[in-house]
Amino acid sequence: MTSVSTRRVKALPVIIWGYIIWSLVPVVIAVIYSFNDGRSRTVWKGFSFRWWFGDKYASVFHDPSMRHAIVNSLVLAVTTMLIVTPLGLALAIGSHRMKGKSAAAVQGMTSVPLITPEIVVGAALLLTFTRLFSGIPLGYPAQLLGNVTFSVSAVVVIVRARLVSIGSSFEEAARDLGATRFQALRFVLMPMLWPSIMASFVVVFATVIDDFVITSFLSAGVDSETVPLRIYSSVKGGATPALNALATLLVLTTFTALTIGVFGLSFWRKRHGETGGFKAALADLTRMGE
Amino acid sequence: MNKAARLWAALAAPGAFWLLFFFAVPFYAVACVAFGSIDPIFRDAIPQWNPLHWSFSEFGAVFSSVTSGPLRGVFARTIVYVVSAMIMSFAIGFPVAYYLARHAGKRRMLLLLLIIAPFWVNYLMRMLAWVNLLSPSGLFSRFVGMFGIHYNWLDGSPITVILGLVYGYVPFLILPLYATLERLDWRLVEAARDLGATSRQAFRVVTVPMAKAGVAAAAVLIALPMFGDYYTNDLLSRSPKTEMLGNQIDYYINNSSQPQRGAILVIMLSTLLLIALSWYLRSTSKIGKERVR
Repeated sequence: MTSVSTRRVKALPVIIWGYIIWSLVPVVIAVIYSFNDGRSRTVWKGFSFRWWFGDKYASVFHDPSMRHAIVNSLVLAVTTMLIVTPLGLALAIGSHRMKGKSAAAVQGMTSVPLITPEIVVGAALLLTFTRLFSGIPLGYPAQLLGNVTFSVSAVVVIVRARLVSIGSSFEEAARDLGATRFQALRFVLMPMLWPSIMASFVVVFATVIDDFVITSFLSAGVDSETVPLRIYSSVKGGATPALNALATLLVLTTFTALTIGVFGLSFWRKRHGETGGFKAALADLTRMGE
Repeated sequence: MNKAARLWAALAAPGAFWLLFFFAVPFYAVACVAFGSIDPIFRDAIPQWNPLHWSFSEFGAVFSSVTSGPLRGVFARTIVYVVSAMIMSFAIGFPVAYYLARHAGKRRMLLLLLIIAPFWVNYLMRMLAWVNLLSPSGLFSRFVGMFGIHYNWLDGSPITVILGLVYGYVPFLILPLYATLERLDWRLVEAARDLGATSRQAFRVVTVPMAKAGVAAAAVLIALPMFGDYYTNDLLSRSPKTEMLGNQIDYYINNSSQPQRGAILVIMLSTLLLIALSWYLRSTSKIGKERVR
């Protein structure tokens, strides 16, 4: 009996390392091939920076359409992040404190986007922007509105988890000491919400810069092409390793944002005497707390 | 309404109205397109904004195509692909999450980071990686070619599409599974073992009931996007032989002049998922009740 269960436990490390290799090695190979000296994404011809910046026309740093896609991606991710974080923060605080039927309605409406496939949201918004709110042109404006709509709920989830863990005692203490409700909110609750605001910034940035479906449904041709759209449209053609380099750049951007987030959050926790540190910071960003 | 209630309502208002205008209204717009009419000359959809004048004839036509026409294959394929991909994802994801939660020991942090990594590698980058490997001159094709296996992986192969779905979504399954398993009270399992249960019995009688709700939630979390997936299929196959529901929606809404069909398929997909979700909610509320008892 024991031998069976120990054998089973011994098989598990093999599975886990097998999984890690299977999930990461293809990506690592794709990154390596971005340094290929040849024109092919599959046949290795030696190491070079040709497709990163060596080639004056077709490398990531010189190809105008790739540079354009990078700028579009960054602009979309940063602006979405700046709009959606305050919007979601206010919605989370308000709906957390509201009572009765209206509270239930608002909370219900915030949780529906979390369980709706992106294709449904993308299709619905496309039909709306082309037939009902036709003042909103496809391209960047529609992509911005679509990404804000799809990320609001994520911010609410992050902030609400923090609100639950803070509780109401600090605000009550401030009220007892003579603070108005607004002052208690502004000077007591807000500073304690910082980690969730940081986490929202990072999660929204990383989600939007990686977003494909909504951004693609609401795009208006090459002008509003982002990096994921560019990858999608060129994967099947005879694209050069510059495409691998572009995708690598995207992954690096996401990872940089997340690293800043993890270290920022664990630094904040340490300074404010909260436990959990690195692991809690990681959990904030992967929504594992849910 | 007292002062406090007004403050909270004012805070919630911008976000709530945003969701009303850009989430609830668009759903209504989908229905208005689906149940509207078609321009006789340009074949474009004319939305019917008044629900009293909705026409269900086109919906009926699409529905009969699902039950006994060309769309039947698409629906069946979607369900078969998603269910197979889910089973494989669990076969891979559960042992990984279980080991990470229970036996990882001092390596846990490193393993956790390595397992979180693909979660944040762009989905299209991960698909690009496999397209490169599976293309006829790719490393994987050349590798299996050495064993005499010559197969065109990227030309409408259901195996590639299903494995692509597994590869794409398994990271999104592992993390919530891990979070569930890590929070379980494993002392109860030890207690069962101390009281004479075999490890298999303890797993079945103690672990499974405790983990059921979290596992079901994780399953829903990957099933929903899989049902709406079209890009995995497009990148790894782009063949009518493997077409799924998402591909049809993408085609009708984005590439054809028949958005009405697309809108109808969106409604059908949403209904399908709603049925699955309500089944899930009912079973989890049952689990909650069992636990109280």
